[in-house]
Amino acid sequence: MSDTWKRLVLPPLGIILLLLLWQWYCVQFNVAEAVLPKPTQVAGAFIARWDLLLEEGWVTLKATLYGFLLALGIGIPIAVAISNSKTLNWMFSPLLIALQSVPKVALAPIVLVWLGTGIESKLAIAWLVAFFPVVIDTAAGLQSTPPELLELARSLRASRWQIFWKVQLPAALPFVMTGAKVAVTLAVIGAVIGEFIGSSEGLGHLLLSATSQINTPLAFASLFALAALGMLAYLLVVIVEWLLRPLLPPAPASH
Amino acid sequence: MSFGELVSVRRVFEQKRYGRVVGEPLVAIDEASLSFEEGEFVSLLGPSGCGKTTLLRIIAGLIPKTAGSVRIRGEEVTEPHPDFGFVFQTPNLMPWRNVLDNVLFPMEILGKLDKAARARAFELLEMVGLKGFHDVRPHQLSGGMQQRAALCRALVHQPTLLLMDEPFGALDELTRMEMNDLLLEIRARTKATVVFVTHSIAEAVYLSDQVLVFSKRPARIVERIGIDLPYPRSARTRYTGQFMALEHRAGRALGIFHETADQS
Repeated sequence: MSDTWKRLVLPPLGIILLLLLWQWYCVQFNVAEAVLPKPTQVAGAFIARWDLLLEEGWVTLKATLYGFLLALGIGIPIAVAISNSKTLNWMFSPLLIALQSVPKVALAPIVLVWLGTGIESKLAIAWLVAFFPVVIDTAAGLQSTPPELLELARSLRASRWQIFWKVQLPAALPFVMTGAKVAVTLAVIGAVIGEFIGSSEGLGHLLLSATSQINTPLAFASLFALAALGMLAYLLVVIVEWLLRPLLPPAPASH
Repeated sequence: MSFGELVSVRRVFEQKRYGRVVGEPLVAIDEASLSFEEGEFVSLLGPSGCGKTTLLRIIAGLIPKTAGSVRIRGEEVTEPHPDFGFVFQTPNLMPWRNVLDNVLFPMEILGKLDKAARARAFELLEMVGLKGFHDVRPHQLSGGMQQRAALCRALVHQPTLLLMDEPFGALDELTRMEMNDLLLEIRARTKATVVFVTHSIAEAVYLSDQVLVFSKRPARIVERIGIDLPYPRSARTRYTGQFMALEHRAGRALGIFHETADQS
């Protein structure tokens, strides 16, 4: 079997194996549905509540992506500011690290008080969770601009603006993409935290209400939907990265 | 050469400071002056780390000098001049741009990215033997080819002064000799003035009209050697008695012949 085949066949095979084991365990030990539903029951819930999952999933996906975009939109300018100004760097870097050290879940109730139970607080929490890696990676990227390239630009008397757009930013782009990949998965977590704390919609809310009604199959279905959503969000970033490939350095040859 | 003085360097002194600690001087040109004529090819020859690169960067206006005066056509150099082309030790190409866009980078910065600029870029690429490679990314090229592209980038805005900082130092011997011939050809065509930093005696003698031999740090000029080898120069030139005599003279100025080991 060729490697391509293996790569296509083996991942689903792993999942099927795990599901079979799960099903066998539930049947063999007669596990109560409320504790651990069988995969078939979860699949049943999936099929029965398909529209509901899709609807709530859409709400969560929106919160995730908007929070993620907010993280990029605010994180990149912060990184630009602190990597271009020593003053700003010294003034705000400790604050940023302090903010990152606060557990975001602990901030969630306060955000809720400020922004209410709508999408705003979810966005704020998703942003809070996701923006730090964007800042750190972008700043690292901006600072790693080869000094000779900066010198070349200086030898042509390029303006600061030209140096930023034509040298520093393109050089930092691979780092920004790395930060974005981490950030998007964190944004999902942020969105769900927001939905847990106080929201009347979204997959996080559905998961919580299904559990409280001891509708475990639906809770598991929401959980799987969340995993799928996270992968979808990640995939979107990978697609953007693929679209930007003319601007990115070549991947190291993989022979 | 009667084009008149292009570059003059007088009593330039450069000293590094590490915080409060004043380091040893990097460049100390206390001779009355050193000057390059328009159209001249001058090599700065000296041991690695002797400060000749620092001097080149001072001439380019890339780093400030502690004292002294550097004038280009009578004007004091205080910042980089867009009329210069700089070639670095490494090709220094942008990995996210293809060869053509790398070559056109100076025109972009100078705001002169037009049809004529593109035509000139293609012309230069053809001249250095990179015809058909304009759409290729730097990493797909060999080191020599990358340095050729960098040469095109330095020439694209038609500078009158080409400053080269050990541009072929990282290349293998054969590629380096090829690049030397290419540079002679380019220079014959463009009539540019070239200041060339190198630590290779053969390279300095082969390329130059004038070789300035520098001592170890701080860089002082220990000897000026006028190279009167006839043009066009070719591989044969390297094996003439005149060439070897000049090499020998430069080598002696560098101090490579120790009294005891010197059998000649």
